[in-house]
Formats: sequence, structure tokens, C-alpha cells
Amino acid sequence: METILHYINLVLHVEPLRLLLYLAGLIMFVAANAAYLVLLERKVAGHIQLRIGPKENGPFGLLQPLADGIKLMTKQLLTPSGIDPILFRIAPVMVMVPAIMSFVVIPFSDSIVARNMDIGLLVVLAFATINFLGLLLGAWGSRNKYAIMSAARVVSQNIAYEIPMLVTIVAIIMVSGSLNMHTIVSQQLGGFWQWNLLNIKASLLMPAAFLIMFICMLAETNRAPFDLVEAESELVAGPFIEYSSMGFGLFFMAEYSNIVIGACLATILFLGGWGCPFGILPGVHWFLIKIYLLIFMVVWIRWTFPRTTFYGLLNLSWKVLIPVSFVNLILTSAMLKVF
Amino acid sequence: MSAIVEKLNDETFVLNLGPQHPATHGVLRVKLRMDGEYIVEAEPVLGYIHRMHEKMGENRTWIQYLPNTARLDYLHALAFNHVYVNAVERAAGIEVPQRAEYIRVITAELNRISSHLVWFGAFIMDLGGFSPLLYAFDDREQILDLLEAITGSRLTYCYFRFGGVSCDIDDQFITGSRAFVKRMRERLDMYRNLVTNNIITIKRLEDVGPITAEMCRKYGATGPVARGSGINFDVRRHEPYSVYPEFDFDIPVYHECDNMARYMVRMDEMEQSLRIIEQALDKLPDGPYLLPKAPRIVKPAKGDFYQAVESARGSLGLRIVSDGSNNAYRLKWRSPTFSNLSLFGEACIGMLLPDALALMGTLDLVIPEIDR
Amino acid sequence: MTDYFKEIFYGLKSLLIGMGITIRYCFSPVVTVQYPHETLKMPARFKGHIELIPDEQTGTSKCIACGMCQRTCPSGCISVDGEKPEGAKTKMMTSFMLDYTKCSLCGLCVESCTFSAIRHSMRYNLAGTSKQAYIIDLKKRLEESKK
Repeated sequence: METILHYINLVLHVEPLRLLLYLAGLIMFVAANAAYLVLLERKVAGHIQLRIGPKENGPFGLLQPLADGIKLMTKQLLTPSGIDPILFRIAPVMVMVPAIMSFVVIPFSDSIVARNMDIGLLVVLAFATINFLGLLLGAWGSRNKYAIMSAARVVSQNIAYEIPMLVTIVAIIMVSGSLNMHTIVSQQLGGFWQWNLLNIKASLLMPAAFLIMFICMLAETNRAPFDLVEAESELVAGPFIEYSSMGFGLFFMAEYSNIVIGACLATILFLGGWGCPFGILPGVHWFLIKIYLLIFMVVWIRWTFPRTTFYGLLNLSWKVLIPVSFVNLILTSAMLKVF
Repeated sequence: MSAIVEKLNDETFVLNLGPQHPATHGVLRVKLRMDGEYIVEAEPVLGYIHRMHEKMGENRTWIQYLPNTARLDYLHALAFNHVYVNAVERAAGIEVPQRAEYIRVITAELNRISSHLVWFGAFIMDLGGFSPLLYAFDDREQILDLLEAITGSRLTYCYFRFGGVSCDIDDQFITGSRAFVKRMRERLDMYRNLVTNNIITIKRLEDVGPITAEMCRKYGATGPVARGSGINFDVRRHEPYSVYPEFDFDIPVYHECDNMARYMVRMDEMEQSLRIIEQALDKLPDGPYLLPKAPRIVKPAKGDFYQAVESARGSLGLRIVSDGSNNAYRLKWRSPTFSNLSLFGEACIGMLLPDALALMGTLDLVIPEIDR
Repeated sequence: MTDYFKEIFYGLKSLLIGMGITIRYCFSPVVTVQYPHETLKMPARFKGHIELIPDEQTGTSKCIACGMCQRTCPSGCISVDGEKPEGAKTKMMTSFMLDYTKCSLCGLCVESCTFSAIRHSMRYNLAGTSKQAYIIDLKKRLEESKK
């Protein structure tokens, strides 16, 4: 055992090998998350709706994601006539790749991070923007009227929600004085009273800032009640309408990966990352508990509320979220200056 | 109208909404001319589920047409049963025992609630909320179980007969219905908290989708659509049939003319139906449920008869022309949804697609009833 | 301005109430029946396809092939044949075919039968691969059920 750990340690210190290992690990993490979050979603939806959800494949339906995956992969990959062949094929990849890339800089614990970058936060936010470009191109390339309508929605929705999210994050950056996520978390270790969520010394509006961040995360990942892009009862399936087989599967996986990224970001920025709420035994388990609690919230919200309309969404962003986040920013800078 | 179209001509596109679209609930097709997400022109296209029910009425004997009536409106089948037996009974001069009338009212009102529940669930699903649909179906299941125990079927009831109903209700049904009334009141509170008071629902429904009273009169819209526009008209009250005059119930009328008004009318109607059921169960007289000498072969007198009842979707009329023979000379349905849908083309102009679909949801469309 | 904040707080409150309701349901028992593993008992008046009622003494059908059900059926899915054996007072039913594909389960045939010879069966989970599977020989079915 000692020797094995020793060798692992050795391997981890060889940079290319370490990166390869992390890449493989991250891809597995993303894939497993996407697969099992679908199951979680269906299970939670089932219980909220007083039914059981998937249960036939394996105990408690645990093999259901496998069955779904096999089904998706064995489906025919349809390419309708008149599409833009390049955009249509490139779009799922453009959605999926940034989702995986973002994980590279996310610190799961003190030591588990693929690349601890000083501009880590910026990298995540930059990759998050590519994601909706992929949706836009896929929708445009599909040459479907519903898809094109949803393409227009994707862009304005994401622009409207990027602003309050970034402004909120800027407030956090001002508090921590760093773009390095490792540093941001390190400052919040010790207990839940240290978290940015309750950092009233820095700004009275920090809990509201967390709420804004959470709402923006729902909107950025196109989750209900902001799933206007997919909007089943209006646009049938939005950008995915012409996709079948793994083309659709990739979009689907990317959607869930983005939720995980959003939950990771919220955890790192507001909930003290891998720190324990009571200051004992910090580690990766606390990080996972926190992100899955947030993801459960996301799922719970989806199965509770109806969808907003487009103007409702923009009104919320421009009339409520952006002013509040700016007030929070100003308050933070003022309080930082005073204290 | 044409001016808008001309002005926007090179900017607009045609969108075929349906016949296979999640929001059209069946095989309705709406040809939309869109300017971006704004609707410039809308034209409902019907005929995808035409089954010649009226022609069938001319070929079948009076009693043989009964099962057909349940297949027009699969959500409120008993209203169609009711109007048909009422019309034929009036034409043939058949007296119906009091108990049968009460049973008809109880079952029809239960069926009305189940219809409104399906509408509620489907409408919230149009708005993008999934769970209320399943809750509504849970409640509806109770009604279906009650009605199944009595009528033997769950959806396409063929329960009413000329001169009564096909079989009597039992104590189990009565206690079950009372329990359901109690349960439903609690559930209506839950729906109020979960959906009606929800800020997203309010934002989506209030001041959206205006249908004016004038528009209702122009297109002949009835039922909750008209009552949401401030028109106080309910066949049960204004052209009473069966034993409805004996019950104390309110007609919910809202004057806001928006989606919320129509939504509230239906939610309140469920409450009123519960009241009717309660009173009917209290007053339920003894006696035969079917005329002891119910005629096997009905031969209505020569003439032209019209009967209307209040279905869950509005005033449902049936005109029968009898030449005194074994089957109808002509049979014409006046189905409420057909008129209600007609105003969609005018009402949705200038609306955004999601709002227009919400408006369509509040019309409570049942396509087989439109097409017949 | 107060309206603005009032709306935000009202909105948040309504959303939290809604979430409270769903989480309560999330942890309450399910209401569904897990169909192939559990089944419901059909109520006594359940309308399955029709079947012949066996006579209590003889176990044979009470049908005398009067053809009333056949004439009443709106969909024309019943065909009855019978013949009068020599010396008997009434006709004997020789074949009773039901084309279940056309049946709309209205129950008019059962009501029209003066001899209480037919009733609705309790079968509901029928499946078949061809139309022929639903053209049911009720006489044969009755004889088989005896064994």
C-alpha cells in the first residue's frame, strides 16, 4: 500500500502525466455527473409528483443512465436536409468542450485541482460564454424556425444574466482581492460564519448577492423557470429540435455539466468551497455535499415553478437583479474603504 | 390587419404550429404569420380528426347514437350524454324520475371537476410547470375511480339512458363522493398556494391575452371564456335544465378579460361544482333510477328540437330534427370549443408566441369536440 | 418604490411557499400503482368485453340466439347464430362471435338481453399481435372456462 501511494505520488509530480490523469478523471467526473444527475432529476421529479421514477433497471433504477446512454448511442444520427453541415455538427462539441474545460481550474479540495491558476475564475467565466455560442450556432445551423427563435432567446437571455452575475462576482473579487479560486476558498475556511454568504462585514447585501448568483446560474444554464431556450410547450425543444442520437446526448450532458459548474462556482464563491461549516475535517467531501445540495435545489425549483416569459425574464434581470447587484458592488466597495 | 401584413411582408415568416405540437393538445394546427416572436396573423386549421359524428347520428337509431356522444368531448363526456338524452327525452315526451335527474347532476358535476382538473394541469404545463399536472391527475383519479365503480368506464361514459341512468348509485359512491368533496377543498387550497398565488403565474397571466366581451359576443364564445370577460351567462342558471334550479350555487364572473380571469373562473367553478354535489347528495331522493317502462325503441315526435347544457367548456347545444322514425333526420352539435377557438385568430394578434399559447390554454381546447 | 420592494418580497415569499409544498410532497408516500408488479381490482361494474353467463345448473349458455344484442349493437360487432333442435321449444345458440376491435363498450347489448345471458368480463390487460386475436368466440370461451 505504501509503495502504491508512493508511486501515485511520483506520477502526480510528473506534470504531463498528472495532467493526463486529471483530464481522464475530469471527463469521467463530467460523464458520471451528467448520467447520474439525469437519474437524480427523474427520481426527484418522480417523488415530487408522488410517483417513484425509474426503478426497473437495477436497484432503485441505478442502471437507468446506462440504458439511456446505450439507447442514445444506438439511435440514428439524423441530419435534415438544408442544414449548415459544419455548424450543425460542430455545435454539440462547442457546447461540451468548454463544459469540461471549466473543470480544469476548479479546486475540489486543498490539493485536488488540475491547474491552480491565478486567473481561474476568469477562465471559468470565459468558457461559460462559449457554451451559449454553441447553442446559438446549433440552433442557427438546424434551419428550423423554432430553433432560430430559440437562438435569439439564447443570446439575449445570456447577455442579460451575464451582467448581474459578473457584477456580483466582482464584489466577491473585491472582498477576496484575488481571481484565484484557491485563495478565495482559503479565506473562507474555518466555519460557516466565515463564508462570503454571511460576510456582512464586507457588505450587508451578501445573502442577496448569493441569491442573485443562484438565479443567474439558473438562467445561464437554461434551467427552469428560465428554460425559455428549450421551452418545450412553445418551441418544442429549442436548439435541440433537429438533433438526434449523441448530438442531442452531448447537449444534454453539457446542460448538466453546466449545472455542476454553476454549483461549483456558487460553492467556491459563497459557501466556503471544501471548508466544513463547523470547522472540522475540511475536504473534498464537503465540497461535493455542498454542490449536490445546490443541484438538488436546482432540480427542486424546476419541478415546482412554471416557466417565465421572455419579457418577464428580462424585466427581472434589468429591473431587479442588475440594480441590486450594483448596489451590492457599491456597498461592498464603500464598506471595504471604511473598515 | 392587412396593412400590418403588407408593411411587414418581407420580415415575416409562416410558422405551422401543429398538428403535432406539445401546446395544441391534439391535432389542432394553427397557421401563424410571425414577425420574430410576435404573431401577425393566426388561422386555426381544423379537420385532422373529423369522424362524421353528425352523419353517424342520421344512420344509427336513437339509442345506438348514445356511445358516440361520449366520444366527442373526452373530458366532459357526461355533458354530451346529458344533452343528448335531454333532447331526445323532450322530443319523445319521456318523464325522468327525480332520482335519475339527481344522479345525472352529481355525475355530470364530478365529470366537470375532472375536466377542469385536466385543463388546470395541462394549462400549467403549457406555462412550463410540470408537477401540478400530476397533482391534478391524482385528484382526477379519485373522480375516475368513483365514476368507474358506477358507470364501468373511466373516460368515455355511456351512462345516461332515455328515462334515467343505466344503473343506480350505491352507498359506497355516496360516501366516496363526500370524502372527495372534502379532499378536493383542501387540494384547491394547495393549488391556490402552489400555482395561483405564485408570482411567476401571476406575471404570466395577469393583463395578458385580453378577450373582450364584445369579442365573445361576436364569435359566440360561451362558458368560462365568456364569464372571464364579464358576461354572466351559464346555461345551468339562465336556461335551466334537469334539476339545477333546486341548487344554490354561484356563477363566478370576472371582468378583467385576461388569462387570469379565465383561470380564476375555472378554479372557482370547481368549488361551485363541489357545492352542487354536496347539495345533491343531501337531497338525493329515493325512487327508481330508470323509468320502469323505459322504452326500448324511442321514436320522438316529428319536429325540430334544441337543447343546451353547460359543459365544462361552455354552452353545448344539440339540435335534432326528427321525422318520427327510428333515427334522426338531422343531428347538429353546437360545440362550445369551436366558437371559443374562433376568436383565437383575432385575440392573439400582436402577442408573443408564449403568451398566445397561454391564451390558447385558457380557451381549454378539446379538439375532437371541435372537429366531431 | 415601496411597491417595487413589496413585489420582490411578495414574489420571494410566494416562491418559497410553492417550494415548501413540493418538498412536502417529495417526502410523502407515492400514490401510483407499480403496474406489472401490482394490479388493481376491477370494480364489479367494470366493462370489459362481453362474455356469456353460464347457466347455474347446466353450465351452458342461457342464450337463445334471439339476436337482440346483435340488433342493438351500434358498432355491429356481435354476430349470433342459432338453430332450433327438433322437439325443443326455443332456439339454441350455435355460435356467438364478438369482434372486439369494433366494440365501444357502451353496454347496450347487456341491457338489451332479456335472458341475462351476457355480461361484461373483467379482462382488461389484453394484448395481441393481430386483429384476429380480438375476434373472440364467446361460446368457445364459455366452454373453456368450464374446464
